[in-house]
Amino acid sequence: MAEGTTWTTYDANKMTSKEIYGKVLAELGETNDKIVGVTADLAKSTNIGNFGDRFPDRLFNVGIAEQNLFGVAAGLAKTGLIPFASTFAIFACLRGGEQVRTDIAYQNLPVKIIATHGGLSFGPAGTTHHCTEDYAIMRAIANMTVVIPADGFETAKAVRACIDVPGPFYMRVGRGFEPPLHDDENFEFTIGKAMQLHEGSDLTIIACGTPVLQALEAAKDLAQEGISVRVINMHTLKPIDKEAVMNAVMDTRRILTVEEHNVIGGLGDAVAAVIAESGKGCAFTKLGIPDEYSVIGYPEDLYARYKLDATGIAETVKELLGKEIEADEDWTDED
Amino acid sequence: MPKDVSVQKLKQKAKELRLNIVKTANFAGSGHVGGSLSCADVLAALYFKYLNVNPEDPAMFDRDRFILSKGHCALAYVPCLAMAGFVPMESLEHFNHYESPYGMHPDSKKVRGCDASTGSLGHGLPMGVGMALGLRYQKTDAKVVVLMGDGEQNEGSVWEAAMAAHHFKLKNLIAIVDRNKMMIDGRTEDVMGIDPIDKKYEAFGFEVITCNGNDMNEVDAALAKAWSNDTDKPVCIISQTEKGFGVKKFQGNVKWHYGAMNSDLFKEAVADIEAMD
Repeated sequence: MAEGTTWTTYDANKMTSKEIYGKVLAELGETNDKIVGVTADLAKSTNIGNFGDRFPDRLFNVGIAEQNLFGVAAGLAKTGLIPFASTFAIFACLRGGEQVRTDIAYQNLPVKIIATHGGLSFGPAGTTHHCTEDYAIMRAIANMTVVIPADGFETAKAVRACIDVPGPFYMRVGRGFEPPLHDDENFEFTIGKAMQLHEGSDLTIIACGTPVLQALEAAKDLAQEGISVRVINMHTLKPIDKEAVMNAVMDTRRILTVEEHNVIGGLGDAVAAVIAESGKGCAFTKLGIPDEYSVIGYPEDLYARYKLDATGIAETVKELLGKEIEADEDWTDED
Repeated sequence: MPKDVSVQKLKQKAKELRLNIVKTANFAGSGHVGGSLSCADVLAALYFKYLNVNPEDPAMFDRDRFILSKGHCALAYVPCLAMAGFVPMESLEHFNHYESPYGMHPDSKKVRGCDASTGSLGHGLPMGVGMALGLRYQKTDAKVVVLMGDGEQNEGSVWEAAMAAHHFKLKNLIAIVDRNKMMIDGRTEDVMGIDPIDKKYEAFGFEVITCNGNDMNEVDAALAKAWSNDTDKPVCIISQTEKGFGVKKFQGNVKWHYGAMNSDLFKEAVADIEAMD
């Protein structure tokens, strides 16, 4: 792990994703009385409680009942409101998954699903509370926009931006102990437009969520060894920024995807589909949780185990640089 | 406020709806005739007397909301919406056909006047709770009516929503259970018993009203009572019905949960309904 970035100690002045979510939502609520909140006994854990403190008549806590959570959110949206529904990621995509699909997405309702404790962020809670399936599930739901901010500042921007998304919206954040990627909010964030954080010509890392910072740290470390790595923050998983992927293919011809998700069905597969459909060749590796159940442990230990930290990412970059790819000097004329 | 419509007129509407149900089943090739016929009286009373809805302005904000939580009975719901002027009567001829707006389960994006897409059981009451909360927050007195099946009561999400309806004191919510006592695999009490269903809703904090759901006098009285609910509790009407009511061969016959009629049976069904009071 890069120096100065740990998951359990961070600059307290820089708010975490979860904290920022609740704060921004409360701010938005001041100017938009259509915004309401719904949660399932996780008002405190998901930080939507900040909104409820400010607007007690606009936060509905349905108790430990996630199917009802999303059904109620759909019903609220049907009356013209913009509900923010919050629970842990695993319960959003699976326990209440059919309600998300049938009540919210099928009816194309503007429910904003803010799923916290995603990936391995609730490490010690164990596999029941890890969530490495949500990208795959939410991507496959028609009408759904899927965003995975890399830190609290991106979360703030995504929460503000999602109000203008006309249909359903899924955002996954961690538990709130993630170190920030950005120093402040002075950067451009557009849903559907990837963010290039580091230029490079040997290989491109395309990452989303918590691993973005680690990818950036890895790129910086690798630069010192003379390896030039581009880092793309693919914060919007759906709709994916195909142009950013294809630019990476054309410019670097080697792509590593990094995600806190099962290697099946998530960012890696989304990027792979763009590449395959383009007809262009590319050396390619997906880094994520193998197709198995994650073990118990503190997040930093789990990220190290699954090579989602800067060290693991740098190692994988080197492996991928050693992969042979078919040379084709004229490939830019294939358009 | 409910409209001033006589019980006799509502009976005629229910009879007309039953005829349209079997005709639509005939256009469609098959359908959930049993559960559609059992709830025809309640639907007729709602759409021709109680619900404040407007076919000229289906999205009117202050309208009452209706959710057909037993979505498989779109075969009754869509003809009812046609009779109420929301969709053209002749469009029923395309029910279930390729690219038709009407299938076995209603799609709110395609069926004019339909407030919720349903079909997966146990989804209507949670959405109804959300609508009731949203309408109250936006300060309208509109009511939300959710018509559920009795087999549907097996779904856990029904009880999650029931708990919330009482907790949030949703006196603007009316749940109706079409208690026709049958589900696909047989009698409800054999497959998965739900009785005493009235006591269950009472225990969950509902104001419970029981009626014979195939007797328009009783349906009208039950809905009148529900509409004038002066408690701070949600209402549940247990509508005791007979599956397939109105057609002798379907009545109380579990085989007619879903089916297709040949031309002789279709004629027989029409004749049975025409002979009703």
